[in-house]
Amino acid sequence: MADATLDAQGLNCPLPILKAKKALKDLANGQILEILATDPGAVKDFEAFCRTTGNKLVSAGEDGGVFRFEIERVA
Amino acid sequence: MVDGMDLDNTKKMTIIVTKGTLDWAYPPFILATTAAAMDVDVTMFFTFYGLGLLDKELDLKVSPLGNPAMEMPMMGGHMGMPNMIGMLPGVTSGATAMMKNMIKKKGVASIEELREAAELSDVRMIACQMTVDLFEKKKEDMIDGIEFGGAATWMESALASDINLYI
Repeated sequence: MADATLDAQGLNCPLPILKAKKALKDLANGQILEILATDPGAVKDFEAFCRTTGNKLVSAGEDGGVFRFEIERVA
Repeated sequence: MVDGMDLDNTKKMTIIVTKGTLDWAYPPFILATTAAAMDVDVTMFFTFYGLGLLDKELDLKVSPLGNPAMEMPMMGGHMGMPNMIGMLPGVTSGATAMMKNMIKKKGVASIEELREAAELSDVRMIACQMTVDLFEKKKEDMIDGIEFGGAATWMESALASDINLYI
């Protein structure tokens, strides 16, 4: 169960990443942010974002053209 | 021996921004804001035509003139525009309107939005003092929170950075 949800549907690069970073800042360590996006580039970008920042990509999936990510705030 | 530099693990990047058209404004601001979101310290150095991107009021344009790679959706396909037509009055404003319309429709951020995101994420922005003098720019027409400096100011940041880009 996510602690917060970011709806980034319809937004293009780099907005999903920028908004996710901002939303993660409002969470405590260990809390989970759920992100909904329609930008296909977001899949690779969130993987790279998490590898670089140390935040944990808990899950990533797609349903009917909507990508859903769960990121745990670590850093 | 351990000095201050060894203890600082933060990655750093500088970008020299030399162009001020709507299309060329995107790469520096996209990279600067994304890098800042990935915990990178970013310095942007605005010089020559890039300096206009620090104006409070932005009115950026894109021209198909001398830009054969610029194809726009037209009549169900994609077409470049011959230079002869690109020269005609009104073509630049038409192409700019079309580009801004596409930007909005595709959920791409405006340059104003990206610049604001850069300011909020503490991207350091330096206006080239020489260009300010050369083009007789007024500081009161430019956004707040910027610094004014020269090549040595950029060099100092660049030497301490992991990535230096010239756009």
